[in-house]
Amino acid sequence: MFSIIKNRIKQGYKTSKYPLKEIMLPEKYRGLPSINKDCEKNTIITCAINCPTQAINASEQSLDLGRCVFCGLCEEISDGTFIKFTRNYKTGASDRRQLTLYSDDLKDLEISTNKYFKKLFGRSLQIRQVSAGGCNACEADLNVLNTPFFDISRFGIQFVASPRHADAIMVTGPITRNMKNALIRTFEATPDPKIVIASGTCSISGGIFRGSSEQLNGLDSILKADLYIPGCPPHPLTVLHSLLKYLGIIKS
Amino acid sequence: MDKNFIKIKNGENIKVNQIPYMEFDLFYENVLQLALNGYSIIHYFAYNDNFQTRLIAVFRKQNFLYIATTDAPDEYQNLTEKSIKFHNYERELAEEFAIKTINHPWLKSLRYHSNFLGKTDVFGNDYSNEIPGNYEFYSITGEEIHEVGVGPVHAGIIEPGHFRFNCIGEKILHLEIQLGYQHRGIEKQILQLKKSALPILIESVAGDTSIANSLCFSEAIESLANVEVNEEYEKIRGIALELERIANHVGDLGALSGDIAFLTAAAYYGRIRGEFLNILLEVCGNRFGKGFIRPGGSKFLININQRRLFLNKLKKLKKEIIEIADMLFNNAGVLSRFESTGIIETDIANDLGLVGPVARASNLFYDVRYDLPTGIYRNISIKVATEKNCDVMARALVRYKEILHSLDIIETLLNNLEGTKPNKNINYSLSPNSLVVSVQEAWRGELSHCIITDPDGNILRYKIKDPSFNNWIGLAIAMRNEEISDFPLCNKSFNLSYCGHDL
Repeated sequence: MFSIIKNRIKQGYKTSKYPLKEIMLPEKYRGLPSINKDCEKNTIITCAINCPTQAINASEQSLDLGRCVFCGLCEEISDGTFIKFTRNYKTGASDRRQLTLYSDDLKDLEISTNKYFKKLFGRSLQIRQVSAGGCNACEADLNVLNTPFFDISRFGIQFVASPRHADAIMVTGPITRNMKNALIRTFEATPDPKIVIASGTCSISGGIFRGSSEQLNGLDSILKADLYIPGCPPHPLTVLHSLLKYLGIIKS
Repeated sequence: MDKNFIKIKNGENIKVNQIPYMEFDLFYENVLQLALNGYSIIHYFAYNDNFQTRLIAVFRKQNFLYIATTDAPDEYQNLTEKSIKFHNYERELAEEFAIKTINHPWLKSLRYHSNFLGKTDVFGNDYSNEIPGNYEFYSITGEEIHEVGVGPVHAGIIEPGHFRFNCIGEKILHLEIQLGYQHRGIEKQILQLKKSALPILIESVAGDTSIANSLCFSEAIESLANVEVNEEYEKIRGIALELERIANHVGDLGALSGDIAFLTAAAYYGRIRGEFLNILLEVCGNRFGKGFIRPGGSKFLININQRRLFLNKLKKLKKEIIEIADMLFNNAGVLSRFESTGIIETDIANDLGLVGPVARASNLFYDVRYDLPTGIYRNISIKVATEKNCDVMARALVRYKEILHSLDIIETLLNNLEGTKPNKNINYSLSPNSLVVSVQEAWRGELSHCIITDPDGNILRYKIKDPSFNNWIGLAIAMRNEEISDFPLCNKSFNLSYCGHDL
């Protein structure tokens, strides 16, 4: 008992002030990429050819965040002249098309708040997470949102044990063939109205697994997502920011 | 006994034609003798070479690997009945290459996919049907017997798998574990990918083991490409691997506390785990070390400033970890749940071929860093952490000891860094007709990658064996005669990988 109290006093209060106070991620962190369209053509083509997930379109000088695994190979190949990963962790978007980035003017991706959902879930969102082929990095970093630093429940957001209790399902992984039916059944068991969230690059496009015959290249092949959170895995802050913005807790 | 096998070191590359070939009957007898006489199986798999299916067996005894090969028959009398270590490997042979093992005591689908060769399915499955297909789960009948099915979608944020408990009252008679839900077809996909995508896929075999997988891959590639690695990179790799181990072990101690509702330790360890992931983030830009290690070295180094910062941080964290452990391991409530729960006796653990902290908690002395060291581990002394009580408590204590040891290793390595430039992508070509086995002590235990190349130096077969492949059966055995309410606790004390197993 004594040591519990002693530890409690020593540990103190660890929860971050976010979103009142911005959190600065380390310099090396690879967040939202900025694109320089004036880069030399050959460099762009080399980047596109080498990109492990074919996220780069050389002719349009664009990068699809929904396919990007944030490995940093293009930044390395182009020595930062074509693509540079910034420390901006706000990579979530509510429209799949928005994830295709074109020019270098960095702006936050838009997450449109559905007024109806905001009213319904703005103070309380219960999420059922479904892993469908995720490598457990996405899952592990979603668990982190429950630790004292992020403490997601202070926003009324909770991960729940049953789809029957949920307002949203959050899917990770490229959707393996063997998980397809379980995922659909979980979706069906979630009462309407409900939100579908694709968390992590795999669930948006299949990620690095795209093309493998044992998976379905992401969630869009079977369900329509309302919110896309790219990353490999997305930083917990990325997920938190996307959710808070979707619910209108953070304003634009 | 091992005279018919070639004896090599971890990460040593050999030509395929150097591997001793035996007629199948002789191979069968030799492989069985090794398995029964204290050699542990690292690999037992098939591959296709010029329309001929071959079998490869890789064993370990002490500091060496022993390899032999044969032509695979369409079917053969199973080895599992004689040595239980083979049970999953023989299921895998049936599933991947349609090699039927006659009278296998429990031949069932491991990952639920059609075989690599397009042959008639051994299990009679039509894979457009849902998992587990043409298979009846094991069931026990009798008065007051009931079944509890859990998953594939679980209550927490975890990977999918199906658990089926046969119980009498609260007591579990048998737990059947059905995996395969995470099967992404990695071994097939590897053969189709371009070079630049390969490390990314390897890091996604199991995201919580990104660093160990990427290290296994890199050392295998370096061996096949004859690339020397600078000692500075070896140190960085050691630091990375130990950080991954600490982060996961600390997380496990927190999760174990959470499962018995000792929430103070769960909250503290949960947060501290993040501190270690943040160190990785600061070094390489990813909390799981994705993009950190590549063939030839490492993409990132640790500079003087970071070194000082990390040393201070680690010192503080070590103190906190010890204080919390004192609180945790001296609490009567905790001990009453941890002790004597989920016991796996030493000889059973040995028979099953368990590895990693789980095996060491059952007093088996084996740690790849000690027994088959590569890289920086050849230069540092490793204390292998073992416990004698074989229960949840032992598994927690082994993790705790390993955390402290890893912290010391990191401190030593940090102090010895010299500070050179990070390397760019190296261009490598693999030597043709070769084989390499690379083994690492991942945080869950023995992780091994085996690569075989064809006459053009392309990858012909890439076999991955995650420690979970060995250990899932251990969880099932640990649950026998335990109460069903102790399942989450036991499960967490193993904390096995679904995706690493399912590939």
